[in-house]
Amino acid sequence: MYKTPCSRLSGFVGVSVKQKLVQNVPRCNQIARSLIHLHKRDPSKWLTYQHLNFLKRQYVSKTSSELQQRAIPKQSPVLTIVDERDDSVERQVERIPTIEAVATEAAPQPQDVTSKAQPEVSTLKSKDVAAKKGSVSRVVATTEETPHIHVESNEAKQARLDRQWKELKVDVADLPDVYARLAKIKLTALVVTTAAAGYAMAPVPFDPIMFSVSLLGTGLASCTANSINQYFEMPFDSNMNRTKNRPLVRGQISPLHAVSFALVCGVPGVALLTLAVNPLTGFLGALNIFLYTCCYTPLKRLSISNTWVGAVVGAIPPVMGWTAATGCLEPGALLLGGFLYSWQFPHFNALSWNLREDYSRGGYRMMSVTHPAMCKRVALRHSLGLIGLSALAPALDVTSWTFPVISLPINLYISYLAFRFYRRGDRSSARKLFFCSLWHLPMLLLLALTCKNYSRKQEDGARPPAAIPLPLPAN
Amino acid sequence: MAAGAAAATWRSFFFFFPRVPLLPQRLSAACSRRSSSGAAAPKDKTPKTSTFRPAASSTHDWIGPPNPLSNLRPIVYHVPENESELEKRLRHLRQETEDWNHEFWTKQNITFSKEKEAFIISQLQAKGLTLRDEDGRRRALNSEEMAKFYKSFLDNNRTRHANYNKEWYRRNFTITLLMARVALNSMWRTITKRSSKKTT
Repeated sequence: MYKTPCSRLSGFVGVSVKQKLVQNVPRCNQIARSLIHLHKRDPSKWLTYQHLNFLKRQYVSKTSSELQQRAIPKQSPVLTIVDERDDSVERQVERIPTIEAVATEAAPQPQDVTSKAQPEVSTLKSKDVAAKKGSVSRVVATTEETPHIHVESNEAKQARLDRQWKELKVDVADLPDVYARLAKIKLTALVVTTAAAGYAMAPVPFDPIMFSVSLLGTGLASCTANSINQYFEMPFDSNMNRTKNRPLVRGQISPLHAVSFALVCGVPGVALLTLAVNPLTGFLGALNIFLYTCCYTPLKRLSISNTWVGAVVGAIPPVMGWTAATGCLEPGALLLGGFLYSWQFPHFNALSWNLREDYSRGGYRMMSVTHPAMCKRVALRHSLGLIGLSALAPALDVTSWTFPVISLPINLYISYLAFRFYRRGDRSSARKLFFCSLWHLPMLLLLALTCKNYSRKQEDGARPPAAIPLPLPAN
Repeated sequence: MAAGAAAATWRSFFFFFPRVPLLPQRLSAACSRRSSSGAAAPKDKTPKTSTFRPAASSTHDWIGPPNPLSNLRPIVYHVPENESELEKRLRHLRQETEDWNHEFWTKQNITFSKEKEAFIISQLQAKGLTLRDEDGRRRALNSEEMAKFYKSFLDNNRTRHANYNKEWYRRNFTITLLMARVALNSMWRTITKRSSKKTT
């Protein structure tokens, strides 16, 4: 069913489209079933514009950037799927008491509604007793909708929920996909790309075997770190819309399985880096895993300093790439790390700006929630810092002097967006800044690569040729 | 096509690694040990939100849809016939952790909604606006105003969150260790059973 043409779309677009499809398909089935059900009723209850309103509402809630706190204006005539929809909990909590309001306001409704509503209320008792406490004040007007569609859908909803019970066993055919999601394969790919950039920028002859081995080791280390992160954060991930489809949340594998996978990736990965590349790179890989799993992940819930630790975690892979090539920690490596470090702030601060409600409810302490002014300031400061770092690159003999010049347009653009974000601090400017950061970093690294300084510093280059002729006259 | 090809390369990549097939083997060893005990006794524990019970002949745990209040998925644990002490301890710990988690998150989500509601109402009242505008729709505050609430919610619950965190890490770690011990035990038992079968 999922082998639609869209499954041929590769990469990020394909995955996001496919995800949307996967989310929408069960909903479409449900909608189709209930629409057919509607049709069988008497003509006065046939499909009207209101019934198709749910289509509009889906897109309204997804694409409208300013639709934050507003509850869905009308009661949905067709039920939403509990786990797939991009809902916040309040919507679920809110809808339930409306059913009772319908049941109690018997006057305008047809008789069959109240009789049908009663058993529904009783089955939902366990769910809504607690919910009722919080939501009595939020009875949404439903007079324009025909309520019996509601009731019909509730039985269908219950049946659908019952069908969603799954056996907790490992489906071997699904494992590659599960592992990919557990290891956050897209993020790993980006990390490996930055490490590759670090390797490529090092002013040493390019060794393809060493290059591949170091990328493999870095990728494995990243998989480990991501898996352990998901293992630690299971209940929090369940409660955030962005992360609720992760494998551990959905029970596709057990926690033990996830930890085993992490060990299977991490031990060979770090060993490969230490033995096949060099011990320094191996040490950096292990350090990065430790920083991400044991510092960043717990800190996310304790203090805002997690963002700075996370920026260091992001900065280490290019340093690893450089040390894999040269074997030592040079200013050039630290500069590349500095690029990633500074870039992280406009990237993450902009991203977290629009997730403030989810972070707050999940108990994550992020700058965007607790110190919003600092959040904007830091993003601006580091965007400007990128310009400075680009100017530092030729001074450290990493690139030629053309690099600061040609990277100035993109650096100025991201600084401009960061400045707008600083002044306005609204959802759209945050989103713009975030999307800009996504293409800014690859462009910056690419430009640096094109301006790469292929020779080492003059003293090192001059000394060996000068040393050779000296012994000759003695002979 | 690309996704299918990618999946195929992933599969071939993973089957190339000698270690990976051990993982499903280890898990299926644990599962088969559970299922080899024949038709399982039906779980008599009622899942919290759904009236559905997994079939009586279930041989595995069942996981359900997310609870609408806590967003956590309930698990119905399968009790094998020859359950060892260790497995019983594991099952009880998992069940208890699940209940504790569910309670915390339900409370968290409900408190959040309630306080958010109260905040919106108080802010609107301070502005002198009614809860609903002329169209009968609820007024919403913009994200800057809501941000004050989010910040205060986090600050008020800081200690509670930190304590939950510590406790969750501890439980998660214990459960995983226990699962490892159970898995190793069942593997050992299968090996000794096989070797005793060979000798007899």
